[in-house]
Parts: sequence; structure tokens; C-alpha cells
Amino acid sequence: MSENLIPCEVVIERLFAYLDRELDESTRAEIDRHLHRCHDCFSRKEFETRLREKVMASSTEKAPDHLRRRVEALLAPR
Amino acid sequence: MVTSTQTRNRTGAVRRKVFEQETHRLMDRLYGTALRLSRNPDDAEDIVAETVATAWSKLEQLTDVAHIEGWLFRILNRTFIDQWRRRQCRQDKEVALQTDENEPAFSLFEKLHQPFLLWWGAPEQAFLNQLLKEDIQQAMDQLPDDFRVVMVLVEIEGNSYHEAAELLDIPMGTVRSRLSRARALLQQTLWTQGLDAGLTSTVPEHTGPLNGGAK
Repeated sequence: MSENLIPCEVVIERLFAYLDRELDESTRAEIDRHLHRCHDCFSRKEFETRLREKVMASSTEKAPDHLRRRVEALLAPR
Repeated sequence: MVTSTQTRNRTGAVRRKVFEQETHRLMDRLYGTALRLSRNPDDAEDIVAETVATAWSKLEQLTDVAHIEGWLFRILNRTFIDQWRRRQCRQDKEVALQTDENEPAFSLFEKLHQPFLLWWGAPEQAFLNQLLKEDIQQAMDQLPDDFRVVMVLVEIEGNSYHEAAELLDIPMGTVRSRLSRARALLQQTLWTQGLDAGLTSTVPEHTGPLNGGAK
């Protein structure tokens, strides 16, 4: 009942495409199976996911008050 | 049956109200994204103001107000890209980006991960925990424009490769290669910044025979 897992190198090569949701269903499922069994690749996926969350969070920045006022003025009825 | 969406879309007044509420709610993300794209606070403000003005004037083109967020970000991207292209035309073309496809991509994980030192904790987690928002912003700002823009479109906004390729009018393969170079460069910059800040001092300099991946 040996299940053929794709090798770690293939997972690593496709990890970002996997996280970007750019892989087809079957490749995605193969990677999921591998991640379920391989601790190192799983740790790597977790690391890249957390780093990505940090990158995403870096794109929220308190808008200056004068920008908010400028936008409100744009939307004000004339 | 009338759905709530249809009701919301029915009157212009309601749409305008939703628009006002949503731009208000999304303002920090719109501004932050414009800032990551342009790297310049004044430009970022202009991009956001122009985005809102454009969206406001085309409000009747929005078929469903439930999609207003994606719609606003598409207009923001378009606004930035138009401005960016005009500037690129005026200046000399950027120096061709050094992209050696054969060069192995830099990986923070490989630098930090210690597979045979499980009892020691996880240095890569420690590194992430200490990483500040400012560290990421600084590293993002250092990326060359072409790389940074793809990174924002895909990794931050969640656009597909196809959508990014269409927005930038470049082939999908170029999106892929820029993205992978951008990620490697970003990680390399974070590593260097970490070394400078002593962030990686928690990571042992141990490079014994077991530590093959982390040269």
C-alpha cells in the first residue's frame, strides 16, 4: 500500500504556484498529499504562508486626514 | 424573488451611499496599496483621489455593488499603471533587469530552517515573529519597479497571473519570472536587514555537516 508521493524538489519548485492557486486540481491534490506526509515541506509551506500574510499586512497604511477630506470633497454633492 | 443585492442596486442614491461607505472603509488599504506601488506618499494620495473620482463618475457601470472592492482595486491598478507608463516614457528606459534564470533562488527558509535541530525550536518562526511591518515595507520598496508591481498585484491584491499579465500587458511567463525573482530578492533583502539588525542572532552560526541546506 505504498502511496507514490511526488518528490520534495517538485513540491518546492511549485510551492509558490500552489500558494498563488495557479495549479490544476490534480497537481494541487498531489502537493496536498505530500504536505500531509512531509514535515519539512509542510514547515516550508507554513513559513511562506506566514511571510505572505506579513507582506499582505504591509499594504494597509493609515490614510492621511487630508486625503480623507479630499475624497469626501470629491463625493460631496455640488 | 427580489434579492437584497437587487434591492441595493435599484436606486442610484443607495449605490452612492454604499460607494461612500465602502471607499471610507477601504481607504487605508487603497492608500497602502497605492503607496506600495508608487513608493511615494504624494503620488499615492493622487492615485487614490483619482481612483475614487474615476469610480464615482462611472458608478453606473458597476453591475453589482457587492463587487465594489475588486472594482475599486482594478481602477486603482489601472490609474497607477497609466501614471507609471507615462513616467517610464519620459525617463530613459529602466536598466534591463538582471535575471539569471539558472541562478538558484534565494530562500529565507533554507537559510533559517534547521531540520536536524528540532529540539532547538524553529529559528524560521523566531525570525518571522521579530519581523516588523516596517521591515517588509522597506524591503518591498527596494525591489525594482517591475518586480515590485507584480508582487503587489499578485501577492498583496490576490490577482491571478493571467489578470496581472493583462493589466501590465506582458506575457504570463514574464509575470511568473518577475514574481519568482521578486520573491527571492525580497527574501534576500529581509535576510540582509535581519543580519544588520541582529535579528538573526538567535540563529546559530552552526554549519556542521548536518546543516547542508543552510550555507
